[in-house]
Amino acid sequence: MLDKVKNVIVVLSGKGGVGKSTVSTQLALALRHTGHKVGLLDIDLCGPSVPYLLGLEGSDIYQCDDGWVPIYTDESKTLAVMSIGFLLKSRTDPVIWRGPKKTMMIKQFLQDVKWDELDYLIIDTPPGTSDEHITVMECLREVPCNGAIIVTTPQGVALDDVRKEITFCKKTGIKLLGIVENMSGFVCPHCTTCTNIFSSNGGIELANLAQIPHLGTLPIDPRVGILAGTTASVLSELPESSTAEVLKGLVQHLDTLTAQG
Amino acid sequence: MEAPPEHCPGVESEQAGRVSACAGCPNQSICSDPNKKLEDPGKALVAAALKDVKHKLLILSGKGGVGKSTVTTLLTRYLARSCPDNNFGVLDIDICGPSQPRLLGAVGENVHQSGSGWSPVGIDDNVCLMSIGFLLGSVDDAIIWRGPKKNGMIRQFLSEVDWGNLDLLLLDTPPGTSDEHLSVVSYLKNDEIPNSVRAIIVTTPQEVALLDVRKEINFCKKQGIPIVGVVENMSSFRCGHCGNSSEIFPAKTGGAAAMCTEMEVPLLGSLPLDPLIAKACDSGEDITAMKNPTTEALAAICTRIMDSFN
Repeated sequence: MLDKVKNVIVVLSGKGGVGKSTVSTQLALALRHTGHKVGLLDIDLCGPSVPYLLGLEGSDIYQCDDGWVPIYTDESKTLAVMSIGFLLKSRTDPVIWRGPKKTMMIKQFLQDVKWDELDYLIIDTPPGTSDEHITVMECLREVPCNGAIIVTTPQGVALDDVRKEITFCKKTGIKLLGIVENMSGFVCPHCTTCTNIFSSNGGIELANLAQIPHLGTLPIDPRVGILAGTTASVLSELPESSTAEVLKGLVQHLDTLTAQG
Repeated sequence: MEAPPEHCPGVESEQAGRVSACAGCPNQSICSDPNKKLEDPGKALVAAALKDVKHKLLILSGKGGVGKSTVTTLLTRYLARSCPDNNFGVLDIDICGPSQPRLLGAVGENVHQSGSGWSPVGIDDNVCLMSIGFLLGSVDDAIIWRGPKKNGMIRQFLSEVDWGNLDLLLLDTPPGTSDEHLSVVSYLKNDEIPNSVRAIIVTTPQEVALLDVRKEINFCKKQGIPIVGVVENMSSFRCGHCGNSSEIFPAKTGGAAAMCTEMEVPLLGSLPLDPLIAKACDSGEDITAMKNPTTEALAAICTRIMDSFN
């Protein structure tokens, strides 16, 4: 399983809608932008977002002798993507499955997808601490996994759930690489006043409390939202933005970490 | 118990016992014979426990973080305020990420056991709440459960909580179309009274949310749950400094309105992205007594929901 994959990073959050998929896709694109070969695996089976975010909806998965061939975003084959979204007939089809079927599907994604040599495999997850998460953690015991990046918003109601996810990571023994605080503050385009819609600094406080690194704070930037549906990296499209700064830092952090081996 | 075969179609499927994966499964004969289908004994217990609950409303969304719990709280508080003679209950079936105790300002409360079962926590004179959050020792405690244990908990919430006489039970759900949703639907659905369980769908305007919400609407259609309508949350943000509106989650594909037309479901209304609501959520305050554009929008949504009951 995942024999040719050098590093595995899981993106987690107890809470839904905090930006796990956005962070996963932009991190994958940023890693590619800096010259890495990257895979992105979406294990959110009931609500896959990665195909839409990368503009890959409607792509079909093919089978070869060794298993499923992931979708490549372009000819260079530097970003490979797998999601249940590619296996559904229509984008409005629900996946009404209980745990055991979800577990089986995730095992197949990990075992039967023909990932070529990859520097990084990013795994995007659904919210919660249930079947998908238990399964992926069990499978990752057999492969070298670098750890988990936790995404949160600064709101108390999100932090409540994220604290549970941190406990989950500690109990399952996965290394916590750190916390990314997303949707922290919105700068009004009309008057440039910054409003902390979903409060502020919650991610930093949680990082201190849980004694794990704070990897950066991302503002609400509608320009990043507009990149959805393309494979454009924030690093090339919005190099001056604070989102790009945080992503650059994150890539550097991962590179240092993996260089240490 | 033996594990189900790898491609088990599921016991509730029409294909149960008939597809190739069923060959050799010890349960094949039970699954393939429609007369022998065993009904979950929990269903009768749930029906008995909820016999004095008039209406049930599921608050659903395929997507996480769109405001299911916030909308549940706002609806409950507004309805409870405008109908003081009616009783309301809230059941939080988000097992891994319960938010209702915080939103309804009941963090740290305890659930008591009485002769007639667990007593839900009283929020107001006519509102009570049950959530797994009350059963956890600390906010850091994680519920690391696979589906069957979550289902057992939901069954207990429905059959062993002393809900008493309720005019409306609102059920706040986690995102997705999986164990929690299938369980709650199978326990509550009564084919003889098709309108006793209905659903409200919550979404935000951007396509990445609508994408999952369409799946949830199709889930309701497949399960035969009537949809009261869709609430669009976080639709626009009004700057508190200059008063101009911005679309933070831009509706590139027409937002909830276009999706409702496409999926043929009613739109109940839109709630703005109001920092006041976000703040009230964290502190558990009740903001429904205020007068502002947010509560006006909420009032219109509640009126439409109330009309649908008559």
